[in-house]
Amino acid sequence: MKINKYFLILILFFLSQFTFVYGANKAELVDEISKNLRCLICQGQSIYDSNSDFAESMKILILRKISEGKNKKEIYEFLKSKYGDWIVYEPTFNKHTYFLWLLPLILFIFGGILILKKTLKVK
Amino acid sequence: MIKKKFNLILIIFIFSFIFLGLFLGLKKESYYVPKNFNTKKVINLKSKEFFSRKEIKLYDILKNDNLTIINIWASWCLPCREEHKYILALSKESNINLVGLNYKDKFSNAKKFIKKYGDPYDIILADTDGTNSIELGAYGVPETFVIENKKKKILKKYIGPLNKISFNEIKKIIKDENK
Repeated sequence: MKINKYFLILILFFLSQFTFVYGANKAELVDEISKNLRCLICQGQSIYDSNSDFAESMKILILRKISEGKNKKEIYEFLKSKYGDWIVYEPTFNKHTYFLWLLPLILFIFGGILILKKTLKVK
Repeated sequence: MIKKKFNLILIIFIFSFIFLGLFLGLKKESYYVPKNFNTKKVINLKSKEFFSRKEIKLYDILKNDNLTIINIWASWCLPCREEHKYILALSKESNINLVGLNYKDKFSNAKKFIKKYGDPYDIILADTDGTNSIELGAYGVPETFVIENKKKKILKKYIGPLNKISFNEIKKIIKDENK
């Protein structure tokens, strides 16, 4: 009887630990996702930073989606389909953003060539 | 001397150009509406009926007529009062389903609002935590969606209060759809 009691306490303890960890993971995931979302009605803030009605509702929705078993990518895709690519901070790589992504690389190579040419000339 | 004058004129010209550009920019509509928005389908969101607080699904509402107009409103939202006369006028149109989505509101305040200004809606949904609006793709209150019932597509979306121009536009859409 005594052993049973301790056993029960032990199980309850582990269970509480499990739910604690699981709950924390969810909240962390909400934070992680909301940090990468632009608050569309407040300028220069992420959903994570903002306390506007829009952002608060968005956080509730993200938590609900996570509870439904949706992963990060699915949630981003859902929000992008509703609000456009603009809602995520990191622009996706598609035909509209080729230039955006490749421009720094092109400039870097161009600059490198320029420097190389100059240094070679001096020599 | 001539050069100085030329510089002065140049500076004035550049400044007036910048001023004009910024001034015109002030008047420009600054809301971002995603491209190809019209092809978007509404999802079958779960909501609650306003009075009974019973769970209801959006697709159950998008049935009776050709068009559904969803108007997001709240009693605390001043522009909603401004546009309410247009919503009331729309309620007189036949062949449309007028749905109100009560956004983050107190039940008692919302009821008072309807009592005072009139209830134009065929059905009111309660969006107590604002998630229904996000699922629709709304930014806040007021906002109005015109939805085609069969394909469940959003034909038009109005951010902010309705005005005479948008009201006439909606009337035209209703007329075209019921031809």
